[in-house]
Amino acid sequence: MEGLEGALAELRDTFKSGRTRSVEWRKSQLRGMIQFVQDNEEGIFKSLDQDVGKHPVEAYRDEVGVVAKSAKLSLSCVEKWMAPKKGDLPLVFFPASAQVMPEPFGVVLIMGSWNFPISLTLDPLIAAISAGNAVVLKPSELSPTCSSFLAENIPKYLDPKSIKVIEGGIDVCEQLLQQNWDKIFFTGSQRVGRIVMAAAAQHLTPVTLELGGKSPAILDRSSIPTNMKVIAKRIVGAKWGSCSGQACIAIDYLLVEERFASDLIDLLAKTIKQFYGENPRESKSLCKIVNKNNFKRLLDLLKDPLVEASVVYGGSVDEEKMYIEPTILLNPPLDSQIMTEEIFGPLLPIITLDDIYESIDFISSRPKPLAIYAFTRDETFKKQILSKTSSGSVTFNDTLLQFLCDSLPFGGVGQSGFGRYHGKYSFDTFSHEKAILQRGFFPELEPRYPPWNSFKLHFIKLAYAFNYIGLILLLLGLKK
Amino acid sequence: MATEGENQTVFDVAAASMLTKELRDVFASGKTRSYEWRISQLKSMIKMCDEHEEDIADALHQDLSKPKLESIVYEITMLKNSCTLAIKELKQWMVPEKAKTSLLTFPSSAEIVSEPLGVVLIISAWNYPFLLSLDPLVGAISAGNTMVLKPSELSPATSSLLAKLLPEYLDISSIKVVEGAVSETSALLEQKWDKIFYTGNGRVGRIVMAAAAKHLTPVVLELGGKSPVVVDSGIDLQIATRRIIAGKWGCNNGQACISPDYIITTKDYADKLVDSLKKELEAFYGKNPLESKDLSRIVNSNHFSRLTKLLDEDKVSGKIVYGGERDEANLKIAPTILLDVPCDSLIMKEEIFGPLLPILIVSKIEESWDAINSGTKPLAAYLFTNNKKLKEQFVMSVSAGGVAINDIAMHLAVHTLPFGGVGESGTGSYHGKFSFDAFTHKKAVLYRSFMGDAALRHPPYTLGKLRLMKALMTSNLWTILRALLGRS
Repeated sequence: MEGLEGALAELRDTFKSGRTRSVEWRKSQLRGMIQFVQDNEEGIFKSLDQDVGKHPVEAYRDEVGVVAKSAKLSLSCVEKWMAPKKGDLPLVFFPASAQVMPEPFGVVLIMGSWNFPISLTLDPLIAAISAGNAVVLKPSELSPTCSSFLAENIPKYLDPKSIKVIEGGIDVCEQLLQQNWDKIFFTGSQRVGRIVMAAAAQHLTPVTLELGGKSPAILDRSSIPTNMKVIAKRIVGAKWGSCSGQACIAIDYLLVEERFASDLIDLLAKTIKQFYGENPRESKSLCKIVNKNNFKRLLDLLKDPLVEASVVYGGSVDEEKMYIEPTILLNPPLDSQIMTEEIFGPLLPIITLDDIYESIDFISSRPKPLAIYAFTRDETFKKQILSKTSSGSVTFNDTLLQFLCDSLPFGGVGQSGFGRYHGKYSFDTFSHEKAILQRGFFPELEPRYPPWNSFKLHFIKLAYAFNYIGLILLLLGLKK
Repeated sequence: MATEGENQTVFDVAAASMLTKELRDVFASGKTRSYEWRISQLKSMIKMCDEHEEDIADALHQDLSKPKLESIVYEITMLKNSCTLAIKELKQWMVPEKAKTSLLTFPSSAEIVSEPLGVVLIISAWNYPFLLSLDPLVGAISAGNTMVLKPSELSPATSSLLAKLLPEYLDISSIKVVEGAVSETSALLEQKWDKIFYTGNGRVGRIVMAAAAKHLTPVVLELGGKSPVVVDSGIDLQIATRRIIAGKWGCNNGQACISPDYIITTKDYADKLVDSLKKELEAFYGKNPLESKDLSRIVNSNHFSRLTKLLDEDKVSGKIVYGGERDEANLKIAPTILLDVPCDSLIMKEEIFGPLLPILIVSKIEESWDAINSGTKPLAAYLFTNNKKLKEQFVMSVSAGGVAINDIAMHLAVHTLPFGGVGESGTGSYHGKFSFDAFTHKKAVLYRSFMGDAALRHPPYTLGKLRLMKALMTSNLWTILRALLGRS
């Protein structure tokens, strides 16, 4: 506890000294970040392989590449982002100027998650740095190799007086959450999100919560006569190709019309074989389940006899290796755990409907997810999905790519979280937008001051209504 | 839970739960989402202000002895302006914002769609009970939500007027008023809201945020703090003094979140400043300010006791240089200035929220920044100076919700400036379009086609794919070409 408080005190002093606010400091840290991923690519790949069995291609695509891209964008834009923005002023304030100036919050806490242990810690770190904050980074203890890799190497590339990596489990998290932070950025589950926000409430600390939910994919098969092979690839990629389904924006379940279900299952099965071979257990392209707890949780989802009976592909399990085969289920009961909790694993339930338009009610009667995916060419359907459902994001005819689009805010709504980042939203998320009004001493408007009378009231009413002509007439005595 | 045998009109957790369910159903029907609905509500609000100006001013006078001009200008007219602006700009605000896409997602198009959060709770304060109830409502309505307004019970006349008028002018199925105190507010806070907007103090702010945490509900907390005024020499002292007085005693007699809480000035300038303040205070409020009709009273006896306790503390009672008179029966305290108060006095520890103005002395004006930053971040900070360098230092070193130079509180009225706090003074902001944004979810939408599906995206993963992917993510055309040709 002493070590932690000492570290925090140091960060507070550093922030107070103004060190992290200069453009030079921010840019030097961002360059340091780029250098870090460049120099340590192999080390990062190894750590990711150790923690979640991630192949270098996924590791680059989802982790290293994302961090490099983010750092480069921030490096080229930070000065622009830091500049105050002018606001329009009504004439009645003349002469005056109004601006909004972003300033760092101060000392911030970033809590990363285990499924993308590099990008989901370093991308928020890039955000906090560009905004000029001092930072404590707490990587997830469930990805221990990555956590210690970061703890060991970040201080070699980034300013250790302003950025600290603190490792540990639940007890360390609890201690961290008791401190008075100027901002907390949390990526993880809803359950822990509640704990984080409750702790933040004690100090009125603003929070960003990047959570999850059950992200559905809607397949409007009848509007798509061709391209099914491409769609199948995108679906399989968005489930098993994203940390084996252990991703906040992975497809959780699929909605399709009953008459297309069987062909779809065949096509998905074919695609799975294409991607992972006849024996996916041997494939190096498939991430592993992160630990025993999660493995057991997923197993329990399958143990429900009605759920077990709905398995139409895969389903085999190797408890020793903590391996679950890519599995497809057809219409498990809607009140089973697999359909009420976020799956976060390699199981894909398919729910059939009579009419694909029913998917709108299906989704909107459930908690708001982080992402909705819809494969359709029906423009009316697209509009309805947009206006009648709510989610962090909606992607049409593809999956996962919204994550790579820097001009789109990335974040949830409702149970999937609040706050957002990526691109400039990252900078904004760690900034306080301070309003600045500057006035001169001349001219001076007498009617502003007591003692009050009806002339002054009339004057102020006109001023507030920006009725300049009325004001002039009043002043000239021509208005009653 | 519902308590059996209780009076049917008690608003308990069960009643709150039914209310939110009702609002959820109305929201789900889509009624509040149309442009027409939103505009109709905003227009009705203006009509309500116009047709009941006297009633509103009377209620405010009952609750706070608020001078009529303050009620009309700072509450009613400000609200009408909010509505007018929203009506003028709503169409634009509702239009999806186009977002640029890059080579990484080519071919694609993207946009950000504004959608209402759903069912929201607005908890208002007692000092500007009309404005601080309805201004957030303007935001919630423009964004297309259904809502519950909980006015403050410490301004009961305004609270019951709102409870009476809102159902007459606004859509009663989508906009509800719940009156009451701690137990009603607690019942409301147990429900699941899509957003909670709270105006008030930090103590209750913590309770609101903790309740929101249970449901992962985002919040806007408009709180307060000790808003300092730094007064430099070499300024037009008369004008500065008048602006300070208008911003302090002219705004609900110091009971305002952005009120100047205390002054910091140099030893040399302090006496001049005090003299100027005395002169102008007398010009504004006469020789017997306790009898002036242009000053609000203290809201209730609790706050009256709180304020007199601040004045009577040994450390400061000898520091009063002007005022100090009180009239307990009428809950009035005269404008009071204290000179050179110790930093550890009670009056310098908590937000004053009343007609007492302590002056802190520093030897050099630059020492003000440390003095201010040793406390928690205030909602507003003010500086009077003609010195350019000092202005720059102030803006860079003092963190506050908003700052104004050479004036007080005016930044509130500029709708292009976000109004909100930082740190202990709050989180989130509103006014103008920021009000619309406060009650909106900005949904990211990406449109893709089936063209151009790169095999490199999909397993089985190979080193060739890795090379190409690296090139693609650096978005460097030359590198991409080389990778495609199998080199690099």
